[in-house]
Amino acid sequence: MSIIIDRRLNDRKKSAVNRQRFLRRYKKQIRRSLGDVVSERSITDMDHGGEVKIPVRDISEPTFRHGQGGDRNIIHPGNKEFAPGDRIRRPSGGGGGGSGDGEPSESGEGEDEFMFSLSREEFMNLFFDDLELPRLARNALGDIREPKWERAGHTPSGTPMNLEITRSLRNAMARRIALGAPLRRELEALEKSGGSQQEIEALRERLKKIPYLDEFDLRFRNKTQVMKPVSRAAMFCLMDVSASMDEAKKDLAKRFFTLLYLFLSRKYEHVEVVFIRHTSDAEEVDEQTFFYDRKTGGTIVYSALKLMHEIILDRFPTDSWNLYGAQVSDGDAFGADTEKSRAMLQNKLLPLLRYFAYVEVPDSGERATPLSAVYRQIVDPRFAMRCVSSRRDVYPVLRELFAREAA
Amino acid sequence: MSEGAPRDYLSTGAEWSFELIQDYDLAIAEIAHDEYGLDTYPNQIEVIASEQMLDAYASLGLPIGYPHWSHGKEFIRNEQRYRKGAQGLAYEIVINANPCISYLMEENTMPMQALVIAHACYGHNSFFKGNYLFRQWTNADAIIDYMVFARSYVLKCEERYGVDRVEDVLDSAHALMQHGVDRYHHPTPLSAQEEEERQRERAEHDWKQFDDIWRTLPTVKHARNRRERDGQRFPPEPQENVLYFIEKHSPSLEPWQREIVRIVRKMAQYFYPQGMTKVMNEGWACFWHYRLLHDLYDRGRVNDAFMMEVLASHTNVIFQPGFDDPRYSGINPYALGFAMFQDIRRICEEPDDEDRAWFPDIAGGDWRKVLDFAMRNFKDESFIGQYLSPKLMRQFRLFEIADREDNEHLVVDAIHNEQGYQQLRRDLARQYNRAYLIPDIQVWDFDIKGDRALTLRHFRLNNRPLEDEDAGEVMKHLARLWGYRVVLETVDEDGTVVDQREQGGN
Repeated sequence: MSIIIDRRLNDRKKSAVNRQRFLRRYKKQIRRSLGDVVSERSITDMDHGGEVKIPVRDISEPTFRHGQGGDRNIIHPGNKEFAPGDRIRRPSGGGGGGSGDGEPSESGEGEDEFMFSLSREEFMNLFFDDLELPRLARNALGDIREPKWERAGHTPSGTPMNLEITRSLRNAMARRIALGAPLRRELEALEKSGGSQQEIEALRERLKKIPYLDEFDLRFRNKTQVMKPVSRAAMFCLMDVSASMDEAKKDLAKRFFTLLYLFLSRKYEHVEVVFIRHTSDAEEVDEQTFFYDRKTGGTIVYSALKLMHEIILDRFPTDSWNLYGAQVSDGDAFGADTEKSRAMLQNKLLPLLRYFAYVEVPDSGERATPLSAVYRQIVDPRFAMRCVSSRRDVYPVLRELFAREAA
Repeated sequence: MSEGAPRDYLSTGAEWSFELIQDYDLAIAEIAHDEYGLDTYPNQIEVIASEQMLDAYASLGLPIGYPHWSHGKEFIRNEQRYRKGAQGLAYEIVINANPCISYLMEENTMPMQALVIAHACYGHNSFFKGNYLFRQWTNADAIIDYMVFARSYVLKCEERYGVDRVEDVLDSAHALMQHGVDRYHHPTPLSAQEEEERQRERAEHDWKQFDDIWRTLPTVKHARNRRERDGQRFPPEPQENVLYFIEKHSPSLEPWQREIVRIVRKMAQYFYPQGMTKVMNEGWACFWHYRLLHDLYDRGRVNDAFMMEVLASHTNVIFQPGFDDPRYSGINPYALGFAMFQDIRRICEEPDDEDRAWFPDIAGGDWRKVLDFAMRNFKDESFIGQYLSPKLMRQFRLFEIADREDNEHLVVDAIHNEQGYQQLRRDLARQYNRAYLIPDIQVWDFDIKGDRALTLRHFRLNNRPLEDEDAGEVMKHLARLWGYRVVLETVDEDGTVVDQREQGGN
């Protein structure tokens, strides 16, 4: 007689840990593929899961096996016209005698890329893993505090969600033993001395009535709020939307900022993002306007930097904020603007900032733009500049700019 | 059996229910046990969903396994192909355990469930219990316990030494997994409890042996020069179980690492009989599901629609495309195995002159006894060598291609004719010889007194070389487990070393 068991309600994610191991091990290869995936996406889809590919070669598991060459006899089915002694031209492509030689070829389907999909969560994790805001410091320690939940032992009351089962059952057991001990002792004595059956029964009854679990036994995990100092950071996003920034360049700029924004909002609980766009004058805008509005005009880079400086002085005292800036422009600036901008950035802004990244989206082939020419003079560990000329570059550049510093 | 048996259908639709599964199981068991005397472990039939089937795939068909990225890869690969529709899931997975666990997928129709029950719960099950390789090599009572032990041990190591270090050992051991089997020594039976005990003792022993004073002794320089060999190699005889040798003798592994190598070795050992009996095992199971379900039909317990569905599926499974068919990927073990068992029965029941000449012992015998004997005492290689009949060679239209390195053409060496039968049978059997599939690599020498280098020898068969790139990778894994220099010599059939590769230790 066979036993029949319904296992359909069992855990269906038994292999989840193996999947995590796989992703963990091939992080590097998957990330390489992520860059390509992102470059093909529209900006609004940036934070979805997706299909990634890694070369099958990279994930193959080597074993000792026979290679090409040597002598062998192979038996095949389905002979139609062959007679002993017939000679057949060797099939080209190194297939040798086909796959009939019984060699284990798991990936015999001949795909050279291993393709699979990642959930949104996995995607974002891999995407922003190992990135951080450089030189983030806990400033004004003790000044800014925020409540955080912390564990604080156990309490006798609480919500079922917080029930501590082991402890509750342990209490119950202790109580049952304690309450039952005198009764059992009495019972034992009676049984030895041959007391009346009725008394024995009565005692047994009382023993049975000790409840298995009493409300009194329950213990719940307790949590209290504790004020903790936090580090606060603000990121300034500066985008050039002047007429020389054509659609393609704006697309690159927006892609960069979208990724930066996703990175910040995902990685840090407390990062304020300030969006500044500029033509011949600068204005602070909200996220929606920043990414989707189509304003355009002339170019004065200085205006944006000046506005940023004003906002800092106005709203972000540097002793309690970590300040960062990222600027994207095509580097097209005129006359005194470039020099004024450099002076502003180098002398006034950088001393207030932890890090400032300049990303240029130049016309193709053009190397030294007016703005990059002057920015290049800035030598400061807090300043970095990179060039993005195609969608493919956006993600690697972001990684370079915000790579975690080796501890 | 009898003509016009009363029609007493177990069910008629595609829907299955637990009651119906039970009914079918009882009906099939009755025929299998009472009529044919199949000896089986008790069955445990588990109904699972497709995701769970994918899970089971990923852990090599076992219900539990230790975590490793390669299992994740396998899971993702199968899932992807399943979603794309490129691959249906296996109808069944059956685990060589006592009780014998078989999985039924909830998506299957009732006829398919019945097919799986007949195939797995009575076919494979009786093979696991009867075949000598399984009897000698695996312990059906202990495998599940052992896997629980292995999993918790690996998890504990991960916690203590970090996922990366554990993964390194597992990766390296997996690369040598095929060389973790002794073909001629029988292993001791598995026992999770003994394993734990032994493992604890080993750790304790190592702890007691640790003596810090050795560290203060001056090291001997140029150890290699001291290699005064007394003409003796160690081990004195070559050993084919490379993983075992590493586990026992690696100069650099820590106790927990040896333990992990051991776990991988035990897994290799568990799967070894399955690799050696693929044709027989599947053939046996197909023979019995075909037989048992036909008997159900003959007794009027199932209807025509049921039989049509079963036969459609059966035909797919035992389909053998010809060599020039785009679907061809070698000889289908289901097809060959099924045909051979059917053929043995035919030889017993209706032998012709050819059969009497080729199989004097069994022609006209009792097919149940002959089949049972064949199932118990052979593996693929010997089974084919013994029982492949000229009739089957003609039916499969088998032919042999000789592929010689020094000949730019392939030559047809033998075909299904009078002159070719013996050669075809001998060479097809050889194709299932382990040495033909997996390069013969053995531990040759461990330079204990010198630089501790480990030398393996690859005994080349018919000049067939190793796949170069993979061999290089495996050597790195070997060096990681050994910790010192490792050498792989390829020797010719006459014993001369023709090729050598080396990998430095770390």
